[in-house]
Amino acid sequence: MDAEISLRVDGESHRLTVDTRTTLLDALRERLGNTSPKKGCDHGQCGACTVLLDGRRSLICLALAVAHDGAEITTADGLAPAGELHPVQQAFLEQDAFQCGYCTPGQVCSAVGVLDEVDRGWPSHVTEDLTGDVELSHDEVAERMSGNLCRCAAYVNIVPAVQQAGGAR
Amino acid sequence: MKPFSYARPGDVAEAVREVAAEPNAVFLAGGTNLVDHLKLGVATPDLVVDVRTLTSQEVTDLPDGGLRLGAASTNSEVAADRRVRERYPVLAQALLAGATGQLRNAATTGGNPLQRTRCVYFQDVTTPCNKREPGSGCSAVGGYTRYHAVLGVDAALPDPDAPGTCIATHPSDMAVALAALDAQVQVLGPSGARTLPFTDLHRLPGDDPATDTTLGHGELITAIDLPPLPAGTRSAYRKVRDRASYAFALVSVAAVVTDDGVRLALGGVAHTPWRATRAEELLRGRALTDDVVRAAMDAELAAAQPQPGIDGGNGFKIPLVHRTVVATLRQLTTEAQA
Ligand SMILES: Cc1cc2nc3c(=O)[nH]c(=O)nc-3n(C[C@H](O)[C@H](O)[C@H](O)COP(=O)(O)OP(=O)(O)OC[C@H]3O[C@@H](n4cnc5c(N)ncnc54)[C@H](O)[C@@H]3O)c2cc1C
Ligand code: SF4
Ligand code: FES
Ligand code: FES
Repeated sequence: MDAEISLRVDGESHRLTVDTRTTLLDALRERLGNTSPKKGCDHGQCGACTVLLDGRRSLICLALAVAHDGAEITTADGLAPAGELHPVQQAFLEQDAFQCGYCTPGQVCSAVGVLDEVDRGWPSHVTEDLTGDVELSHDEVAERMSGNLCRCAAYVNIVPAVQQAGGAR
Repeated sequence: MKPFSYARPGDVAEAVREVAAEPNAVFLAGGTNLVDHLKLGVATPDLVVDVRTLTSQEVTDLPDGGLRLGAASTNSEVAADRRVRERYPVLAQALLAGATGQLRNAATTGGNPLQRTRCVYFQDVTTPCNKREPGSGCSAVGGYTRYHAVLGVDAALPDPDAPGTCIATHPSDMAVALAALDAQVQVLGPSGARTLPFTDLHRLPGDDPATDTTLGHGELITAIDLPPLPAGTRSAYRKVRDRASYAFALVSVAAVVTDDGVRLALGGVAHTPWRATRAEELLRGRALTDDVVRAAMDAELAAAQPQPGIDGGNGFKIPLVHRTVVATLRQLTTEAQA
């Protein structure tokens, strides 16, 4: 069953007709040719499909496109103007925070979301004082990024990259 | 995935009417559980009615001093809400111990307690499962039981072919905290609105393992209310899992300690978030020393049925949940004295 929806992806507006079963991930990759978000597990378990959906880091393999008509999406590809790098992307390069790169667009979008959540004072599972300040410690970053799996296990460099980007703000 | 129609009605009343009128219709909120089940073939609705933008996304103050969590408030917004963090730490901690940042940004107050079991056989449509396919049997008995129940189960090896057999656990962390908090569920159904105690929302399998809750078809959760707590109340959530982060609970404990006594709910041990009422009775009016808590938990767990399994079984949960309760209450009483 078809439905017509509109999406704003990396600053560009699109109108498209989708089957109600289409996920946002498939709509982006298969229909709009934006292959920045990756399909790892397709079941909400790996984080490779992470984008900023209406400003919040989100998985789009478990999001039906039809349920997100009118959504504003930023993928890793749209974080910075063409030819430039977002501070998180710059930090991933400088810290050598990837190997094969398959998980990286998801890691980068997740990290952008993490830094925003920290700015808002959101606690995490490892925050000692729920009502106190949040520091970007190793444990905080590791906990907050735990939804982004890396098959190459670049974790040891991902954590410092997120800390570097956080400090650079 | 089986084809389905999608509807986003104008308001909640219409959403309830649409689902009530179609026997094979479901509500959709954040989709983090339902869309997974659509892909797996575990859920095969003809009609999906989207309520995410229809129910409230707000956390509001109630006149009695409690808080109302709109059904569409996200798990991350609720965990970050100052009032929740200050007054209901057990709930903030439970939410933060669940899933991941991305999932919590999508998961909702209405959807979280209604997520279905993570029993591997339930999610695998090629295996018999009474919950997914009533009467087909239970593949978990004697199989992988590490994440399965020990309480509310009749026997150590129930009859796998009996239609009532199901040893699944409820996977939600949030629900365990809401059970301990005596939250109230606001429901809108085809015959009007009603309020039900959160502890009455989930049910044991009985002779109908396919039905997780006491909600009727077409009944929508519009909000969950947290009652006010007396001054000096302390609360905490403790989750034990196979990894430090991003894993479902093996066991978990939500404890709320007031001057009157302790409210205790256990996760990962039963088909429902398990309110430990026997232990609560034995703890009422008593100083919470380790010995007193141990005796109360011995009584609570007296009827527990460890399940054997090809993965070594789940008998470890009985001492584990026992010790986790002792540690949680010790933490809360030490903090109170500090
Ligand atoms: C990889 C992974 C790890 C996870 N880890 C954890 C964890 O550690 N702890 C934990 O607690 N959870 C965990 N979860 C589960 C997650 O918390 C739930 O999927 C989520 O809370 C469900 O909320 P939702 O809004 O997305 O619900 P949906 O998927 O939209 O709906 C879930 C169910 O509720 C029904 N429903 C939704 N809203 C309403 C309403 N208002 N009224 C009536 N019915 C309604 C739907 O019909 C459906 O049956 C995990 C999920 C994944 C994918
Ligand atoms: S434990 Fe319940 S959900 Fe799991 S296979 Fe048995 S009947 Fe199905
Ligand atoms: S592809 Fe979405 S989480 Fe793995
Ligand atoms: S860099 Fe290869 S999966 Fe992460």
